[in-house]
Amino acid sequence: MAAETRLLFRDIDEKGLADIDTYRRLGGYEAAGKAFKRMEPDDVLNELESSGLRGRGGAGFSMGKKASFLPRGEMDKYLCCNADESEPGAFKDRELIQKNPHQLIEGIMIGALAAGANRCFIYIRGEYAEFADILERAVGQAYDAGYLGEDVLGTHHQVELVVHRGAGAYICGEETALLDSLEGKRGNPRLKPPFPAIKGLYDGPTLINNVETLSNCPHIINRGADWFKGFGTEQSPGTKVVSVSGRVRRPGNYEVELGIPSREIIYGLAGGPPPGREVKAWFPGGSSAPVLTGAELDLPYTFEDMQKAGSMLGSGSIIIADETVSIPRLALRTARFYHHESCGKCTPCREGTNWTVKMLERVIRGDATPMDLDVTASVQDNIIGNCLCVLGDSMAMPVGSMVRKFRDEFEGAIEAGRAAAAVPLEEAEEWAPLEVG
Amino acid sequence: MTDGGYQDPARHLEEIEIEPPERDAAEIPELHEVDCPTDLREEIEAAVGRYPEPRSASIPALWAVQRRYGWCTPEGIRQAAAVMRISPAHLEAVATFYDLFRLEPAGRHEVLVCTNISCWMGGADELLDAVCEAADADREKATHEGATSADGELFISSFQCMGACDIAPMAAIDGRYVGPLGIDDAATVVEQIRAGKEALPDKSLSRRGAAGGPEPEPDPRVKESI
Repeated sequence: MAAETRLLFRDIDEKGLADIDTYRRLGGYEAAGKAFKRMEPDDVLNELESSGLRGRGGAGFSMGKKASFLPRGEMDKYLCCNADESEPGAFKDRELIQKNPHQLIEGIMIGALAAGANRCFIYIRGEYAEFADILERAVGQAYDAGYLGEDVLGTHHQVELVVHRGAGAYICGEETALLDSLEGKRGNPRLKPPFPAIKGLYDGPTLINNVETLSNCPHIINRGADWFKGFGTEQSPGTKVVSVSGRVRRPGNYEVELGIPSREIIYGLAGGPPPGREVKAWFPGGSSAPVLTGAELDLPYTFEDMQKAGSMLGSGSIIIADETVSIPRLALRTARFYHHESCGKCTPCREGTNWTVKMLERVIRGDATPMDLDVTASVQDNIIGNCLCVLGDSMAMPVGSMVRKFRDEFEGAIEAGRAAAAVPLEEAEEWAPLEVG
Repeated sequence: MTDGGYQDPARHLEEIEIEPPERDAAEIPELHEVDCPTDLREEIEAAVGRYPEPRSASIPALWAVQRRYGWCTPEGIRQAAAVMRISPAHLEAVATFYDLFRLEPAGRHEVLVCTNISCWMGGADELLDAVCEAADADREKATHEGATSADGELFISSFQCMGACDIAPMAAIDGRYVGPLGIDDAATVVEQIRAGKEALPDKSLSRRGAAGGPEPEPDPRVKESI
């Protein structure tokens, strides 16, 4: 029987957990007390760094190392919590905010102490209005209880925290676009370097971390880096909240120890595809991750193993397609999203996403030739690595992988489309959805 | 006695009103020129106060304008610009970048139907068909810029992944997440919205039970040394 390992989710369904009293009754804010009153900021930083905690937003970079890049000394420094969770398939941050907002606030306090940041922001996507309300209420409670403000717990440390709502733009989850958006501009990515740790929000040193990453911090401070390293693998310590969706019987968030076989998450926890169906393709890390096939289900779920398999763990969102799902249509649906969300700043992404959509539409309509698949593949190659941010890559990688791994199906779609001849796209797109459950 | 070239100020103003100067969107309007409602001004000022730089309040200010007028009206944008002391052009540029800001009048209640991968696999396209049909809204427009129902009550739009694939296919109704939705739910949703009721309260995400998965097996390492 596959099992979850619940650290961040330990009390997730406790009634009233979003309330500060319940959170404190269950041991909440003890880590903040320990860090602010009994530890030096450098020791907090060391603890986070030696825990090996890797960023849970997608890149998987060491959280402690990132915090250590901020310059020392007296100046305004910023911490931005990235709660712009918009990756198709990802909904873990939503549940962490919705049910346990104080765990995040405590994590922000600890992250701010480690990085020496005095002004913190939570950039939450505009669609999460219900959850932003919960967060704002929790922030208000934390201010009233003295965990936030000019003089945190009487220790002369200042930590101000503002909840900032976005207004619907996937690109703002990219850290430098997030900064522009937070500065009140259109959310266009910036050229890096300089990296945000040196020149970020308002040109000041800025630490940017994902909701889940920061939510890990109280546990690391409470019980120590060695305890944390007891979970997961050497290179991917800790647990991961995995969002599983698509053609599975029990879609939802599952917190697992990194390193468990992917099959256990997909079948053991999420119930696998509907009876009689098989996993045909799956995204291991949101829709920007290259797809894997049903033959790759036994891969351990870690940052390093997913990378070795040519994909990525990303935000930790598994999307399952069973054999009734058409891969060319899945590719088109994916490409349309990135085309819509491209900010238009860099040509390879702006034009490449557009062309990819057009070519995939031709494949489905029956206007394409097998040569077009090679062109599609070469367009993907010309996007990857050629833009300021990875939005274009995020389309190029999964679409490229689908064309490579399921080429027969694309060729079949072209043939079928040509045979049916001149069917309008809308009709060609029609298909019967299946009941899940 | 002659009037010595005296000009009646009222008459002078009248002339200006007859031929108003061209509005320059790059120029910051003065507060007295825009007639900003007090509560809107106070809300925007409070937002400005939360940030080290006033411009950071651009998105909160536009939200305030949209809440007040139903969409980001040119006049509302000028009012916000006057309060923030930034150009209306800047605010317009921001408003046009983000998908949740309405740039023209739209239905009073907003129904965003997610049509991204997981919801699509669950039948989101058919759900959107059904909602548009029930509300009498243009299905083609709903896929792109969004469509307002014939009676002006609903604004319906397909939308990209809203982060609730666990309740796919889902919709956000005036910001509240509901799902999983079947085609049969479409007519109920439209009916309840028109009647001013909460739509499908039982399918609210906020009323959903436990986080996914069975109860975790006890793990000795989790319990030790709090």
